[in-house]
Amino acid sequence: MTTYIIRRLLWLIPVLLTVSAVTFVVMRSAPGGPWDTDAERRQVDAATAKSLAAYYGLDKPMWRQFYAYVIGDTNSQTKEWVCGVICGNLGPSYRQRGRTVQDILFAPPEGKTFWQSRFGYSIRLGVLALSMAIFIGIPLGIIAALRQNTLVDYTALFIATSGISVPSFVLAIFLIIIFASRLHWIDIVVDDWTQFKYWLMPMAVLGFGTLAFTARLTRSSMLEVMRQDYVRTARAKGLAERVVIFIHMLKNALIPVITILGPALAGLVTGSFIIETMFSFPGMGRAYVQAIGQRDYSMIMGTTLIYAMLVAVANLSVDIIYVFIDPRIRLGE
Amino acid sequence: MPDLLLDVKGLETTFKTPDGIVHAVNGVSFGLKEGETLGVVGESGCGKSVTMLSVLGLIPSPPGKVKEGTAHFFGRDLLKMTSAEIRQIRGAQIGMVFQDPMTSLNPVLTIGRQLEEPLVVHLGMTRAQARNRAAELLAMVGIPNAKDRLSDYPHQFSGGMRQRVMISMALACSPQLLIADEPTTALDVTIQAQITDLVKRLRSELGMAIIWITHDLGVVAGFAQRVIVMYGGFIIEDSIVNELYVNPTHPYTIGLLGSLPRVDASGHETLTSIEGSPPLLYEKPTHCPFAPRCKWAMERCWKENPPLETVAPDHRVACWVDVKTGRAR
Repeated sequence: MTTYIIRRLLWLIPVLLTVSAVTFVVMRSAPGGPWDTDAERRQVDAATAKSLAAYYGLDKPMWRQFYAYVIGDTNSQTKEWVCGVICGNLGPSYRQRGRTVQDILFAPPEGKTFWQSRFGYSIRLGVLALSMAIFIGIPLGIIAALRQNTLVDYTALFIATSGISVPSFVLAIFLIIIFASRLHWIDIVVDDWTQFKYWLMPMAVLGFGTLAFTARLTRSSMLEVMRQDYVRTARAKGLAERVVIFIHMLKNALIPVITILGPALAGLVTGSFIIETMFSFPGMGRAYVQAIGQRDYSMIMGTTLIYAMLVAVANLSVDIIYVFIDPRIRLGE
Repeated sequence: MPDLLLDVKGLETTFKTPDGIVHAVNGVSFGLKEGETLGVVGESGCGKSVTMLSVLGLIPSPPGKVKEGTAHFFGRDLLKMTSAEIRQIRGAQIGMVFQDPMTSLNPVLTIGRQLEEPLVVHLGMTRAQARNRAAELLAMVGIPNAKDRLSDYPHQFSGGMRQRVMISMALACSPQLLIADEPTTALDVTIQAQITDLVKRLRSELGMAIIWITHDLGVVAGFAQRVIVMYGGFIIEDSIVNELYVNPTHPYTIGLLGSLPRVDASGHETLTSIEGSPPLLYEKPTHCPFAPRCKWAMERCWKENPPLETVAPDHRVACWVDVKTGRAR
């Protein structure tokens, strides 16, 4: 299994390389550049733009820029070798002067812990949303399946269907209108994210879709397993219903649910762009959206790579969890 | 008769389907003495399995429902028991082996774990005791290296091996009755013989009564003391085994025997088949359920459903026609 994990991690290299190449090309094909500003604001004059481009190496040919980003290049002024992404250097931000991308994403504000960094905020929100999806979605699915075609089942199905069909940004606006504008339970613009109550809404909105999907999948998977011969065998042995459900059915029913948790995490990641922006959440997703608007090339690249890595690691974890839950699966054979 | 181990009377089971209510078992009555082996024969879908599952309360409900009848086991009615009471019987006093060994074992639990369960639940053994006993049980059904194989998963066993495991699981608590629901149907012929031999050996060692469901009259012949033949949810013939093979009386039984290859056949006898397929009964038939496929069917067969009547000692049959003469009985 260790060999398998190492091999999978090595596979990350070509994957990330491809992701960065595609992002690089798409990003550069989009009109505009990092020095463009709003029409009303003071414009960057042509000479300044030129020297900025020269400073950041944007005047070089495209392939050279990509090479410089990934491997490294000599600095045009100091003539020093600057290592690229392979050394973990995500490059300087084009819009936040004097800060590197890794600094913006991972360094916490003065005197705070790592969890207060943009990355830390996003991870915490993601974990909360995923836990909500798992710890509410799975039990909901189980109960619905056990009480099939009763009011409980229909209620669960209704929640699940609405969770899948209502887009998160619509739900976000609804919740903001109800709880912030009308009931005044929370502030519309939050500046103190240390209070847990403010986390509830972004967490709920971000996790709701995944919760719904998990519940539906758990339900159908349980219904499938309930009909299996081995469940009848378990009953024929005279086992208590509780044992039949939790030992004989659940482990089998959860196999497909675990399969989707990897992609579900990817869904949470993409969802977080919108949700973080809507709730002015100080995380990575909002930084990403801002970076795209500002054509902050190195920020876009850096954030994309981190997201890609997150998804890849999530999928790898799912594959490893698989081995423990389903004995028929062997890794790396 | 008080000496009956299992006494089923007037059992009726229905299933609700989108197309209507299917009458799967229609007033089935039979008895079984201690240590006796009963063969239950019939085509697929004639109610054999449903009858036995009904007795054990294992019918998925809904859609299934046991509508009527009693099933006394040691004088207590299984059908009136609470789910907690019948759990004490299942696996402890009545063991059951199912048709498909490939799907009847839980794929994500070890063989040991699955074997230990009834021992812990019914006999109150500790895990360690149960583990030792499980190894003995596996050895008893002829699995080599039994102790090492306890931590294996079902997919590491072949079909025949899995059926051995199922049998050892059903017999784990030394039940008085073993219900085997087509235990050899999914296996190839050589394995079938091994499994029947195994059950025969265990029967002589442990002395339990057996209900052996099959659609193969040949398997039952050398094995059971008594055979009941089912069709359309009815028992249509009930006889001690020799009498049935020497003197089959119901046209359906005759048809079933005619479809069997015989070692003592002279020359080139062709095997016969029964035309058509068994009915799905959306309504309780008022006529003989076999009439549509019966070449002897008379007017009366379409009007009244024949009851089981004694035609010889220990031989009852439900048919209006005397097949030997082709006339009404």
